Amino acid sequence: MADGFCKAFTIPGFALPSLVARVGARLPQWPHAVALAAGFNAVVRMGLLPGENLALLENRSFLIDVLDTGCRAAFTFRDGRFRPLFSVPDAPDLAFRANLSAFLQIAARQEDPDTLFFKRALSVEGDTELGLVVKNMLDAVEWPRFPGMAAPPLIRR
Amino acid sequence: MPHCKIPELVCPAGSLPALKAAVDNGADTVYFGYRNDTNARNFAGLNFDRKAMVEGVAYAHARGRHVLLAINTFPQPGREADWHAAIDGAADLGADAVILADVGLLDYARSRHPGLRLHLSVQGSATSYEAVNFACREFGVRRAVLPRVLTLAQVERVIRNTLAEIEVFCFGSLCVMNEGRCWLSSYATGESPNTLGACSPARFVKWEKKPGRMDTRLNGILIDRYDDREPAGYPTLCKGRFEVNGATYYALEEPVSLNALELLPEIARIGVAAVKIEGRQRSPAYVAQATRTWRAALDALGEGPEGFTVRPAWRAELGKLAEGAQVTLGAYDRPWR
Ligand code: SF4
Repeated sequence: MADGFCKAFTIPGFALPSLVARVGARLPQWPHAVALAAGFNAVVRMGLLPGENLALLENRSFLIDVLDTGCRAAFTFRDGRFRPLFSVPDAPDLAFRANLSAFLQIAARQEDPDTLFFKRALSVEGDTELGLVVKNMLDAVEWPRFPGMAAPPLIRR
Repeated sequence: MPHCKIPELVCPAGSLPALKAAVDNGADTVYFGYRNDTNARNFAGLNFDRKAMVEGVAYAHARGRHVLLAINTFPQPGREADWHAAIDGAADLGADAVILADVGLLDYARSRHPGLRLHLSVQGSATSYEAVNFACREFGVRRAVLPRVLTLAQVERVIRNTLAEIEVFCFGSLCVMNEGRCWLSSYATGESPNTLGACSPARFVKWEKKPGRMDTRLNGILIDRYDDREPAGYPTLCKGRFEVNGATYYALEEPVSLNALELLPEIARIGVAAVKIEGRQRSPAYVAQATRTWRAALDALGEGPEGFTVRPAWRAELGKLAEGAQVTLGAYDRPWR
């Protein structure tokens, strides 16, 4: 049963038509940043990110650039909270660029970021060590297991 | 048909979720290390603090699996106490064995913790049965991990002439230059696997996106340039492309990964005790996929080696995970030696 459930949630690799990115890029970008920062802050509040690693993020700027939707979210980490940046910095300390499907696959722990990087489906620019800190920090998060859900669902396909 | 023993599957973990993924997907044994330079995979944010170790060991042991603690760098002069503390911690933790490379540490572990099982790390570079037997005789080493430079015939020769269990790498990125004793990373950055615990430490690495291509620099040295469609690899000097006598090519090593799946029946036949997957720097998703695939292959082998064939799905799954998306049998079937 778990098998069927998880298979249904396998995220395929896809790229949205370029029109989406052209339209998406014209929309205001800050709502994504606000939503993302709020999501990360919820994770911080749950104590899922270790403080020693969070300290390494202090005052650094991050950009998540979703290529095929044209959405870009910039944020920073200050005084224990992620905060959206309302204008995208020219040279963020760290930028992750990928299509939506790749970000979803990483978020679901379905694909390894190194695999996507080797395939050139994910690009990392800026401070490489900071990138590694972020990657390893997210990898180490023990997502709470919700009742009725067997395990981190996408790991046991 | 002679009975062959199915090798133990040894899987990497750089985090607690990776350890659990390995156990859940069929690892017999998981190896991991401390979050410091006693560990040859000492990357920012990776590895285990004490709390995660305790939980990881409990998780594995509750499911009847083993855990190995890798303390596989060489102590820095004047700081031996840090490495000794790491070994004491492993004994405390109830690790099933420690993986050590340095003879001084082997000696320390042997005399201080006689009950602690010792494995000789690949970094110990024992390539002959004489070297393996020396480690057994002097330090009571029970298992040796052979460097990825031997052919299978050479591996077999070691096995026939030692009482130690032999473990070999079966999958993952290759580091071939004398198993981590190479000077390339030190040359470029002043830091290497055996000093700081990392080859090509991330703070020296720059990926530069330019129109149509990506440049990789290690401490300012251009080590590779990929066009947009080319697969990329880790920024290690050995796998860079350099201009030599007017030609630009992989002058030191091709950026290929090891995948010994096809050799599995032969590996089992010659009596390899354990096969090891590389990749403690990778994510839980990699560990899950690689472990699951090798578990399936080992289980298929258990049904009888004569019927064993490599399924295309296994090949595809492992090929996808490999660095540079290329696989090789490594040195195992190399004609020259
Ligand atoms: S440069 Fe290559 S061979 Fe040398 S230590 Fe690094 S990965 Fe190994």
